Amino acid sequence: MIEFETPKPIVKQQYLLQTVAEEMMRPHSRYFDEHEHEIPWDYINFMHQAMQAVGAGSLAPASGNGDKEKEPDDKKKKYPPIGYQSLAFMLEMLSWGDVGIYLVTPGGSLGAAAVEATGTPEQKKKFLARFQAEEPAFGAMAMTEPQCGSDTSAIRTSAVLDEETNEWVLNGEKIFVTAGKISLEDSDGLVVIWATIDPSAGRAGMRPFVVEAGTPGVSVTKLEHKMGIRASDTASIVLQDARVPFENLLGSPEIPKKETKGFKGAMATFDATRPLVAATGIGVSRATLELLKELLAQQGVKIRYGLPRQKLTSVERDVIDMEIMLESAWLMVIKAVWLADNRKPNSLEASMSKVRGGDIVTKITQKALEIMGPIGYTRDHLLEKWFRDAKITDIYEGTGQINRLVVARNILGYRGEQLR
Amino acid sequence: MYGFEPSEEQKMLIDAIQRYTTNDLRPAAHDADEGGFFSEDLIEKGWELGILQASLPEDYGGFGEYSAVTGVLAAEELAHGDLAGGIAVLTPGLYAMPIFLAGTEQQKESLLPAVIEAEWKPYTAALIEPRFDFDPNDLKTEAIEFGDVYLLSGEKVFVPYADQAEAYIIYAKLDDATQGFIVEADAEGVEVGKRQAMMGVNALPLHKIKLDKVHVPMENKLGGQSSIDFEKILSSFRIATASLGVGLARAAFEYSRDYAKDRDVFGVKVAQKQAIAFMLAEMATEIEAIRLLTWEAAWMIDEGKEEAAKYAYLAQTGAMDMAMMVTDRAVQILGGHGYIREHPVEMWMRCGRGIASFTGLAMV
Repeated sequence: MIEFETPKPIVKQQYLLQTVAEEMMRPHSRYFDEHEHEIPWDYINFMHQAMQAVGAGSLAPASGNGDKEKEPDDKKKKYPPIGYQSLAFMLEMLSWGDVGIYLVTPGGSLGAAAVEATGTPEQKKKFLARFQAEEPAFGAMAMTEPQCGSDTSAIRTSAVLDEETNEWVLNGEKIFVTAGKISLEDSDGLVVIWATIDPSAGRAGMRPFVVEAGTPGVSVTKLEHKMGIRASDTASIVLQDARVPFENLLGSPEIPKKETKGFKGAMATFDATRPLVAATGIGVSRATLELLKELLAQQGVKIRYGLPRQKLTSVERDVIDMEIMLESAWLMVIKAVWLADNRKPNSLEASMSKVRGGDIVTKITQKALEIMGPIGYTRDHLLEKWFRDAKITDIYEGTGQINRLVVARNILGYRGEQLR
Repeated sequence: MYGFEPSEEQKMLIDAIQRYTTNDLRPAAHDADEGGFFSEDLIEKGWELGILQASLPEDYGGFGEYSAVTGVLAAEELAHGDLAGGIAVLTPGLYAMPIFLAGTEQQKESLLPAVIEAEWKPYTAALIEPRFDFDPNDLKTEAIEFGDVYLLSGEKVFVPYADQAEAYIIYAKLDDATQGFIVEADAEGVEVGKRQAMMGVNALPLHKIKLDKVHVPMENKLGGQSSIDFEKILSSFRIATASLGVGLARAAFEYSRDYAKDRDVFGVKVAQKQAIAFMLAEMATEIEAIRLLTWEAAWMIDEGKEEAAKYAYLAQTGAMDMAMMVTDRAVQILGGHGYIREHPVEMWMRCGRGIASFTGLAMV
């Protein structure tokens, strides 16, 4: 069936989240933008309690085998799974509130998503439990290094097994780790570090390791000062003979001869997280468009839908085009997470939604400022903040270009070496 | 709930249309574009797929029920075969669909079976007018009450098969709103002009018609005494245009993708160059975006959602940009070969620009 009805539980959830966004986020947007690296604890503690109350410990939805006890219930009700859809809606609404503050929502974020996508049931149980504990905890994923961003096969951070103690010894430096500090220093969180267990194996040697807060040899060495999303810390992490137990390696330590399994784990994580990042872009876009229309209305401009373009003013035309971008990009996000919920491959759709999400949020926020002229450019309104917040959507979790590459390989049926 | 997969029934219809477009319509498209017409057999074969018939209930000679979603799926698939041919196959719907959506019970019962139960016949409609800022909600063609008839006067363009028409729906402004009028082919005052020479859709006969005080009996106003909600009809036009654009763009995308995978350049395939691969990735993304928007608008129409008309408008507006962008790039990817009429991409590019002006040529 082709249908577009928002599932009832999600509609309910969105009512609550809108209140959170309006009461807990928007009033503090400007403050945390102007006080970089201060932590919005009020929001964090509120969200933590609220999530405990509804039993939503980790932000990543259970991928199935880690969460068996829930399944019979679902089957009884014959209710199709909507975990990722709920999450996409949630992230959209929280980012509509404030995408910087959303990024410090407790619950594990990308770190938990990586555990969900690549861990065994035991690992999920063990590592994700902290997100249901009394105190809020955070998670992060560390991929980028000083010498490599999108080319993740060039990662140098190494993991060597100390056979005597059965521990992995990690060495290297990670940069641009979203929520790295709050995960390691300000809470009992974790960071999933991607490291190579065999530098000669390229991508095949890449493995995700869980590094928990308090691990000796792990230090946060730098916090970046950014254009936007300033409520969220972006950290550099140095690993110096940092030792983690053998079972902190997510998935299998064996290196298959031909396949690139380690890298595939990273990619599986991205298939899950890319539409979610796109959803945050949708939230910022919607916030921008709503405020733009409100400000225009104050100046007596009402958008006349239904007219041929030739009869529209330039501003009306821009706004209508922005709505087309926004709604169609949102539908692509929903399709990508709907596929994930229904356990169907979604690599193409996930990257497509990220391409589109990154494109439209930058275009919409840029155009909104252009339209509002001198009013938009001031800090009296949040439009300029959202413009700055928006740009990261087209960069993190795979730049627009990397995602185009993924889309292109998918539609052309090419492997990595055929389309570089 | 969300859902992105056509139902079994819809899949069967899509499969049937694909067989028709693959085996019949697409292979005939080039010669039809050059020669200016499709054979009657070919169009009849498309008509026998039963797209319109299946969207009307038995009471009026059909064998199904109306679904805008099924309609956009079908129109997309037809246009994927060929835009002109797709519109030709759908033409009787220009007459039947407004009667079904807005006609009185009596109009439906007396007029629909003759269209639905017969072979394909050029029942058609006239909406579009020769103005750069043509606005279906602000027609220059006017209807005025004159005793017990309406008098229609004005000028229409892009009227499919006007010279052979069995009957028309003609849209005109009455009391500041667009209304439809059922007009017999031989009505006095209808002057069918020469066939219009066009940039694209050359296989589809489109005509100007002039209306000079055409007498339309009161009972032939669509919907009878009460005025019709034209927005509903317009939304159906809009999603049809959008889905035709999606189908057309898919054809252009697939062709240029396959060409790029086949053509050598600097020791690799053209598609292995990021400049080309990224163009293709963006084309696919754009098509998917507008396709979903069109589906959503159609679904809203089926569900009677308040915002359906707005979304149909957004889908149509998005589709005109998307169709132009994708078909232009398809030509670009083939380079010089794209400009040569041996390849279909230049024809699709000519069609692509048409999507911006074709709201009124098809309904679903």
